[in-house]
Amino acid sequence: MNEQSVNLTAAAATGSTVDPSVVVAARELHTWFELRRWGLFRVGNVRAVDGVSFELRRGEAAAFVGESGCGKSSLARTLLGLYRPTSGQVVFEGREMGGLDRGQRRDYRARVGYVQQDPYGALAPFMDVRRILREPLIVNRVGDRGERETRIRAALEEVGLSPPTDFLEKFPHMLSGGQQQRVVIARALILQPSLLIADEPVSMLDASVRVEILNLLRDIRRSRKLTLAFVTHDLSTVRHFAERIFVMYAGRMAEVAPVEALLARPRHPYTEALLAALPDPDPENAGRLRELPAGEPPSLLDPPSGCRFHPRCPHRIAGLCETREPPDFEVAPGHVAACWLNQE
Amino acid sequence: MRTWHLLWQQLRRYPSALVGLALIGLFVALSLYAVLAIPYREALLLWRGGEQWQDYPRNAAPAWTNWWRRSKLPETIVVRESSAEATVEETFPDGRRLRMTLAFPYGYGEFPQEMNLFVEADFIESRPFASLLWQTPDGRQFDLGTYRLRGRERISLSQNRDLARRLGAPAHIALLSEPGARPLELTGRVLPGEHRLILDLVMFEDDAEVSTKLISYGRVHGLAGTDHQRRDLMVALLWGTPIALAFGLLAAVGTTVTTLVVAAAGVWLGGWIDAAIQRITEVNMILPMLPVLVMVGALYSRSIWVMLGVVVLFGIFSAGIKMYRAMLLPVRDAPYIEAARAYGAGHWRIILRYMIPRVLPVLIPAFVTLIPSFVFLEASLAVLGLGDPVLPTWGKILNDAQSEGALYNGYYYWVVAPAVMLMLSGLGFAMLGFAMDRIFNPRLRAG
Repeated sequence: MNEQSVNLTAAAATGSTVDPSVVVAARELHTWFELRRWGLFRVGNVRAVDGVSFELRRGEAAAFVGESGCGKSSLARTLLGLYRPTSGQVVFEGREMGGLDRGQRRDYRARVGYVQQDPYGALAPFMDVRRILREPLIVNRVGDRGERETRIRAALEEVGLSPPTDFLEKFPHMLSGGQQQRVVIARALILQPSLLIADEPVSMLDASVRVEILNLLRDIRRSRKLTLAFVTHDLSTVRHFAERIFVMYAGRMAEVAPVEALLARPRHPYTEALLAALPDPDPENAGRLRELPAGEPPSLLDPPSGCRFHPRCPHRIAGLCETREPPDFEVAPGHVAACWLNQE
Repeated sequence: MRTWHLLWQQLRRYPSALVGLALIGLFVALSLYAVLAIPYREALLLWRGGEQWQDYPRNAAPAWTNWWRRSKLPETIVVRESSAEATVEETFPDGRRLRMTLAFPYGYGEFPQEMNLFVEADFIESRPFASLLWQTPDGRQFDLGTYRLRGRERISLSQNRDLARRLGAPAHIALLSEPGARPLELTGRVLPGEHRLILDLVMFEDDAEVSTKLISYGRVHGLAGTDHQRRDLMVALLWGTPIALAFGLLAAVGTTVTTLVVAAAGVWLGGWIDAAIQRITEVNMILPMLPVLVMVGALYSRSIWVMLGVVVLFGIFSAGIKMYRAMLLPVRDAPYIEAARAYGAGHWRIILRYMIPRVLPVLIPAFVTLIPSFVFLEASLAVLGLGDPVLPTWGKILNDAQSEGALYNGYYYWVVAPAVMLMLSGLGFAMLGFAMDRIFNPRLRAG
């Protein structure tokens, strides 16, 4: 009864009906950080996430791609509830997050798993694997001693650390990078989440281990019907992994499309530039310089007017791009690009 | 368990750590012995002083100082006798006359410090008479006077001025001296052999009894000597150990733990809480602690536990907060703490279970070396006259020694013994602490 009323308010607030297949939705999400001089006077806001909307469906794997500083990690942390959105909403399984009380917020956090970039830093160095995996269960008051132990062992088995007995007593520094990341994944999964947010989960691993971890994440997603939000700066790792790609630029979504469509025919100059930057193992390339957009990512403190990419854009339309912000153009079903070039 | 084993493996390689551990072990053993051998209440009563120390000499040096003396100083000799064992010389109606002989063999080359006769007479109303006669081994006799006995009394032979005038010197010197050419000439040499004190008693009741005790106070006593109140210094040296260890340990734990928690809470919660903690610390850092303790001692209480409370209270917002803050700031932003927030860990869980354990190993060596600094603080307070009024502590011994002019009077042992205890305790903890510092902070090993 209560749940339903929450659903209704969420639906009313967003003005759309609640789709049960949508696990998480962002509606006009803004996460700004206040910048003060001498801790007192407001100088401005860093607009890390500046008006982002999307929906992720159950079992979907989505990749959030962009340069460093484009706001993709801030978006991940806002989804996790680590940052409070400045405005806009995060709707998780029909509930608006801002309206949750303490207990519900805890529940929410238990339903969302988090895999971080640096596996060694993500594990408390003074806890053994058993305690690392037990902490989320204790915090969320799951089960008794015996049940926790079975869940810990099951989680280790699931991430391929078997037999679990070999790992329970180990401290993080005794594990290899790949094993550490498996423990991180086990910890993210142990509360049976429906959404897993992975922030650059393989960027600090050896190339040989990357594929293993990516395959592990894919297998777990399939067997658990998990929704996976995968944040990365590296398009090559998501190619064979994600179903949809969200390209972010300066706190906004530049282009959203299914993987094949985006790779085959990008509709935003920034996406084109990203794809062009992908290494291509062709010996002929050795002596060739690539054409890449000049300049640096814009300041999030004072983003450019109009389209945020216009200062670097090779196809800039004078008089339009620098004055008016492009709306989302749906260039194909499920393929959206925020670029005036797509104007009919 | 395994962690302790690993720590031991590492410590074993540092001889200084082993020496430190041995010293600490010795102090712990001493504490246990003190607490078991002299129960707390008894220790307090003993240290209060009074009649229970009447058989002990005043300001006697430790007995082992005789090792390097050519002429050994005498120890205390006690001779007891009671009328029940004495020879009855004559009986008459309602009474008797008898003679008690207190044989007093004296073989030392030096005179005793003092001589007292304690007499305990048991009668109903008629007070017995006692005539005292001293017989030297060479047959001379000295009349020491006649006394009408009260119930219990102390007949001070040494401080009887009449007697001293008659003998030419205080009784304990004149009676034991070798005779000179002329009567009453003082030779300064002891006449060894069996001296005798003879009491001729006349009692006027059939069942009246008298028992006596002749004490020749020595000039050395026991392992530690005695102080101006005849108290055995060993009591305070022994009992000072558990008190010093308890004070040092409790103060170190109290200040370190509270400071660490406050620092971690400030770092984690941030905002105005952090700012308030920093400002309070800065103000507190410039407040001098010793004058505050002196004021508390002068105006409120000198109890060691009140002092401990004040020390811990002022220790919370100490300079340590700045150091811990610097260590905890990077921990605050560690990914594992972000992960803990993501799965819903609360503020206090993060502060106590995630942040503090991260920096704890680095702080253990500093903690170990902090313990003796509080032991010294307690001793300093005692020397300033702010020691606990009832507890026997090392600092109290030093305070007594100072106020009695121990060094001026040559009672060096009175100062040296507690000072050595203090230094050894500091040394023990410092040696262990520095070795642990090398283990926990491996960067120090290079230098």
